[in-house]
Amino acid sequence: MTTLLEARGVTKIYGGGLFRRDRTVALEDFSLRIEPEPPSITAIVGESGSGKTTLARLLLGMTMPTSGAILYQGKDLRKLSRREWRAFRRDVQAIFQDPYEVYNPFYRVDHVLHTPLKKFGLVKSDREARERIVEALEAVGLRPDETLGRYPHQLSGGQRQRVMVARALLVRPRLIIADEPVSMVDASLRATILESLRTLTRDFSVSLIYITHDLITAYQISDNIIVLYRGSVAEAGHAEPVVQEPQHPYTRLLIGSIPLPDPDRAWSEEQEPSAIGRLADPRSGCTFASRCPYAMEMCLERHPPLYQTERYRVTACYLYREAPVLASEHLDEAFARPGIPGPAVAASGAADEPTSSP
Amino acid sequence: MSDTRVRLGQTEVGAVGGRGDGTEVVLDVRDLRVSYVTPRGPVRAVNGVSFALRRGEAFGLVGESGSGKSTIALSLMQLIKPPGRIEGGQALLDGTDVLALSEEEMRRVRLAEIALITQGAMNSLNPVMRIREQIIDAWKDHGEPINGREAEERIRDLLRWVGLQPEVARMYPHELSGGMKQRAVIAIAISLRPKVIIADEPTSALDVVVQRQIMQTLRRIQRDLGAAVILIGHDMGLMAQFVDRLGVMYAGKLVEVSPIREMFRDPMHPYSQLLIQSLPSLARKGQFLGIPGLPPSLLDPPPGCPFHPRCPYAMERCRVEVPALELKRPNRLVACHLYEREEGQA
Ligand SMILES: Nc1ncnc2c1ncn2[C@@H]1O[C@H](COP(=O)(O)OP(=O)(O)OP(=O)(O)O)[C@@H](O)[C@H]1O
Ligand SMILES: Nc1ncnc2c1ncn2[C@@H]1O[C@H](COP(=O)(O)OP(=O)(O)OP(=O)(O)O)[C@@H](O)[C@H]1O
Ligand code: SF4
Ligand code: SF4
Ligand SMILES: [Mg+2]
Ligand SMILES: [Mg+2]
Repeated sequence: MTTLLEARGVTKIYGGGLFRRDRTVALEDFSLRIEPEPPSITAIVGESGSGKTTLARLLLGMTMPTSGAILYQGKDLRKLSRREWRAFRRDVQAIFQDPYEVYNPFYRVDHVLHTPLKKFGLVKSDREARERIVEALEAVGLRPDETLGRYPHQLSGGQRQRVMVARALLVRPRLIIADEPVSMVDASLRATILESLRTLTRDFSVSLIYITHDLITAYQISDNIIVLYRGSVAEAGHAEPVVQEPQHPYTRLLIGSIPLPDPDRAWSEEQEPSAIGRLADPRSGCTFASRCPYAMEMCLERHPPLYQTERYRVTACYLYREAPVLASEHLDEAFARPGIPGPAVAASGAADEPTSSP
Repeated sequence: MSDTRVRLGQTEVGAVGGRGDGTEVVLDVRDLRVSYVTPRGPVRAVNGVSFALRRGEAFGLVGESGSGKSTIALSLMQLIKPPGRIEGGQALLDGTDVLALSEEEMRRVRLAEIALITQGAMNSLNPVMRIREQIIDAWKDHGEPINGREAEERIRDLLRWVGLQPEVARMYPHELSGGMKQRAVIAIAISLRPKVIIADEPTSALDVVVQRQIMQTLRRIQRDLGAAVILIGHDMGLMAQFVDRLGVMYAGKLVEVSPIREMFRDPMHPYSQLLIQSLPSLARKGQFLGIPGLPPSLLDPPPGCPFHPRCPYAMERCRVEVPALELKRPNRLVACHLYEREEGQA
């Protein structure tokens, strides 16, 4: 069974020409394999600017890696023949954060939906096309009679975003890469759309890479979660332990920052970095050190490798340095296979279990 | 229903806003109606919305996607473009109806009195202009210092206020992260110290850490300025943490306005109840609970209560009679036939 899509040691650097200080390492040495079977849901979370969209664009072949490669069915995207590229474009669909970018403002919404059906020859008649489109729109909670015939600016933000979800559903791809697909819709619709995405992955054997900053929905929908921080993996593995007992100080910060829907529970405050963390130089050592309440001397020297602290989890943090190191190209070895009942949250291999106050 | 009914509703809305706790109403929106003309007829995006905003208060607006929240925001700024049209209503900003101002007058009011941070505002920054120029540009219409030392100093202070380094003034939008761009947008919005700040999904594209920073910045500024904020969004967690009162919209109407604690503890309108029940949590992993059924058509809205086709409690009366937004309990406005009117309130 050939791997459907693979990122192999991918690094993406923006800028960096003459003005090296403008250089941005958007993604560093990132590896991931998406197998065709069984279909899986992988969530990628991380703060703004952590490289999530960059990763999506790389996986979609919209931008090329500075080093490393993206492989579709074992073949470098840069070496695909025209036919293979077409197959890739059908198999791997995108849903974008800012749907405005995808729409042509001069075409009606119908165009966005008809084009892929026509391009990939998926329907025999206009009638069939119309049926498929109606079905897909309803699956995302849109009224076909009130959506078709409109121009993109005539829809609300959330409606536009849902048209993009419908579009991805239409062509029955094998992998959907969704970058913040529901960030602009209300909670109940978000639930409806994510449920339809989840049903789709199950019923049509489609895998999903769900990119978001919403840890709650990431937890709800995914088998595994990858937490990115400034282009590197901070923590990854089975959704259950990563969210319920986060290890990496950054994951803890993320989870602690979620605004709770309870007016009586105040939004927690960010903890101050440790005295050593305050000395951190952003160019060397752990990328999180300057914000880390637990930063130690050793953190300032080199960025930590991935420590496999449990069967289904890795954490890039020296607090867990007694656990074995997992080479970054084997990241997915720490992933729980979908369908496996949630592994028990095992005792962590923490060397220095951090206490809550520095 | 009848005219008197609507007006009664308004007085109540006003009364709740100005209720004797010493706070006055800064913005009084009355029976706002906005439609978009389409070949198939008018889309009634905002269909008779009234609410009163107190000075210094944070008021949240949530509701189904497409329920008219952004349309309200744009109307209050007179930024509705054809085929959209304000069909009726008033929006009294310290007594002046901003909906009735001429374009010229409105230009002065925007920013100086009422500012809007839009959905995806970060992308509305001009990509070929430095942040500094964009701030100055915003000032031009208001006779503020356009150049010189004074302007530079004010820009520096402004950036510091929103938590940005002074160097950002010389940068272009693409050189900034999403969070930095949104701070720059806020800097422009607050630069003339408006009384009312409307923030339409100001952080929906940002992660929770940055979101918390931005919202804390916004709150600090709100307090410094004594400004009122209308926060529009979908994130109920954010609402719980930020606003004092919450308005819930459905199909172009406000269906409930309650203080934030009451809203979460005991939502009254069936749509509010289902919305709050649909919130996913970290406590349990399971099915997503959406609200079954499709949002109503705004071209051909259902008769009676717009929520009746999806409401688990719908009665015969709900199919024929539009429920008015009325005071059903102290401080709580609800548009639903399940509740009796609260008597004896001013
Ligand atoms: N075309 C580009 N040119 C230069 N720098 C870029 C470009 N695109 C992204 N970057 C930079 O790369 C980093 C990663 O950006 P990316 O958009 O991938 O982050 P993200 O995780 O998707 O953020 P967000 O949550 O805000 O969408 C950021 O520092 C960003 O400023
Ligand atoms: N130019 C237009 N022409 C026709 N209909 C429009 C136009 N602009 C908006 N609408 C419709 O008006 C209604 C209200 O839109 P609005 O953008 O105010 O919703 P919203 O509550 O802000 O939604 P969201 O939460 O998705 O941002 C929607 O049903 C939308 O389809
Ligand atoms: S390696 Fe050190 S600085 Fe980095 S997250 Fe762990 S404790 Fe903090
Ligand atoms: S008025 Fe009737 S249909 Fe409408 S919300 Fe109340 S009970 Fe439900
Ligand atoms: Mg992104
Ligand atoms: Mg909106």
